[in-house]
Amino acid sequence: MDLFANLWLGLSTAMTPVNLLYALMGVFLGTAIGVLPGLGPAATIAMLLPATFAMPPVTALIMLAGIFYGAQYGGSTTAILVNLPGETSSVVTAIDGYQMARQGKAGRALAVAALASFFAGTVCTLLIALFAPPLAEVALKFGPAEYFSLMVLGLIASIVLANGSILHALGMIILGLLLGLIGTDVNSGAQRYTFGLPELADGIGFVTVAMGMFGIGEIIANLEHESTRDVSIKEVKGLWPTRDDFKRSIGPTLRGTALGSVLGILPGGGASLAAFGAYALEKKVSPNRHEFGKGAIEGVAAPESANNAGAQMSFIPMLTLGIPANPVMALMIGAMIIQGVQPGPSVMNEQPALFWGLIVSMWLGNLMLLVLNLPLIGMWVKMITIPYRYLFPAILVFCAIGVFSLNNATFDVYFMALFGVIGYVFKKLDCEPAPLLLGFILGPMMEEFLRRALLLSKGDPMVLVTRPISATMLALAGILLCLVLLPAFSKTREEAFQEE
Amino acid sequence: MLRIRAEKDFWAGLLYVLLAAGFLWFGRDYKMGAASRMGPGYFPLTLGWILFGFGAISVVRSFLTDGPVIGGVAWKKLAIITAAILAFAILLPKFGLIFALPALVLLSSLASEQSEYDLKSLLALVGLVAFCIIVFVKGLGVPMPIFGSLFDGIVPPSWQR
Repeated sequence: MDLFANLWLGLSTAMTPVNLLYALMGVFLGTAIGVLPGLGPAATIAMLLPATFAMPPVTALIMLAGIFYGAQYGGSTTAILVNLPGETSSVVTAIDGYQMARQGKAGRALAVAALASFFAGTVCTLLIALFAPPLAEVALKFGPAEYFSLMVLGLIASIVLANGSILHALGMIILGLLLGLIGTDVNSGAQRYTFGLPELADGIGFVTVAMGMFGIGEIIANLEHESTRDVSIKEVKGLWPTRDDFKRSIGPTLRGTALGSVLGILPGGGASLAAFGAYALEKKVSPNRHEFGKGAIEGVAAPESANNAGAQMSFIPMLTLGIPANPVMALMIGAMIIQGVQPGPSVMNEQPALFWGLIVSMWLGNLMLLVLNLPLIGMWVKMITIPYRYLFPAILVFCAIGVFSLNNATFDVYFMALFGVIGYVFKKLDCEPAPLLLGFILGPMMEEFLRRALLLSKGDPMVLVTRPISATMLALAGILLCLVLLPAFSKTREEAFQEE
Repeated sequence: MLRIRAEKDFWAGLLYVLLAAGFLWFGRDYKMGAASRMGPGYFPLTLGWILFGFGAISVVRSFLTDGPVIGGVAWKKLAIITAAILAFAILLPKFGLIFALPALVLLSSLASEQSEYDLKSLLALVGLVAFCIIVFVKGLGVPMPIFGSLFDGIVPPSWQR
């Protein structure tokens, strides 16, 4: 069977010593930044991108992916132990996880969180292996009109989950698209918005934008709300869950995995939404719902399996369509482009080793996390207590050096500073950086696809709505936009973000 | 009398309008072409007008509906962090990492009220600089001068790379 041949190819790629080592490094780093406050996976991946240029593409992607799902694990550790969710996707885990920790059941909560995540990761690896090929098959038939509409859908979907006003998010998308166009127009060779600067001929580096907006902008925002964190952690013991814990966790884990898998495919950062959704669902269906908020194991298992499933599944649109579902996937696409791999449905056929190697490595990475995290818990606990005043100058240093090494020029450092300011100012105005980054990546691609679509149709824009697949996607985008604008929906959306 | 009722909408909208105007103004000479043959100006100028529209709606709306206020903006911290990064970029070519890194770290530390200037912090700084030189310059071969061009002929070349 094809599936097994593919997985075998993936296994033989992922199991090479080099790739195993980088997968381990990725999940280790990921867990570390998940534990550390104020440093997200997007900023870390942006920081490490320059270091991956010299690696083979598959190795680079394996490590970057490891950082991403490693961060989900690390984020839940701090959520449970000190009620400080390292990532937004583990916010709900903190509710019951921390209560369990206060009752002296921290070890059991951590173990269930890790096991539930591992289960979800395993299921999703299989799901990706099953569903990615047929999806890519469909996508191979896409013409430029379909791609253009797909990107419109992706961008619109990304604002559903952006915090704050819809109008602002739409503005950020357009601004991102525009910034992405800076540089040489591939079609005519004309210089656009370069102001005669040769450094801008290739456009603004997207690592520069990401590091500025996610790295620097976040540092300033964190410093603004600087507080002394009183971190007192009881010794963690009793790592093995009881038989009762297991029994109570099975249902929530299954439901969380299912919900996370569905929501994860949606663009816009499925992991957080999945965790919220899974928690809310358990609160409705669980026979122990009266215990929720007081340390129910279900309240840990459900969101943890859901956020890991969501994180994992967000690779599907990235790998099959070349469409980023969240900023991290946008960075992965950036990494692929820099490595000379054109993201999209053809990756699977042209680079099967890369595609399947990455998928199998995700499963191996999840296994490593399970083995790595529980025994090393003492080290992570120590890491939580590192004060931010030591962290942020080091982050700045790594950002500055990383961005310098892109072109070995200080020019990019200046631009990073500029985007740091832009990122902070827009954040203050409730304009999230994520839609801008997605637009920035997609800008040149969208222009090219629109150009080709209109060239083929001899300038008739109706081609976007007369082709059925393209029309469906535009209709979906329209429905989505209407939904978000509906008062009832926007209220629930606001409430979901309130809980954060 | 018109009154801004939603500060965030107003300023975000104004920023969008200004940025859009910038893109439209500097792109005014880019050829539009026809829909069937999009010129270099077609896509950016269309987007520019859309952004202008979104910004204008946001500004108008800020007078009509109530919205959140911005609250405090940490201008000082923003300025300090930005200055620290700029100092790094300015110092690096001439003075080298030995000066640029401490400048970045020390300047940025001013942005935190909790920064301490004790022996432990000094050791951390020295360790960080040493780590960066060993890993990035010597290990990964990033062409950053350890001692910058001002020290040409003063220090051995191996200290500069």
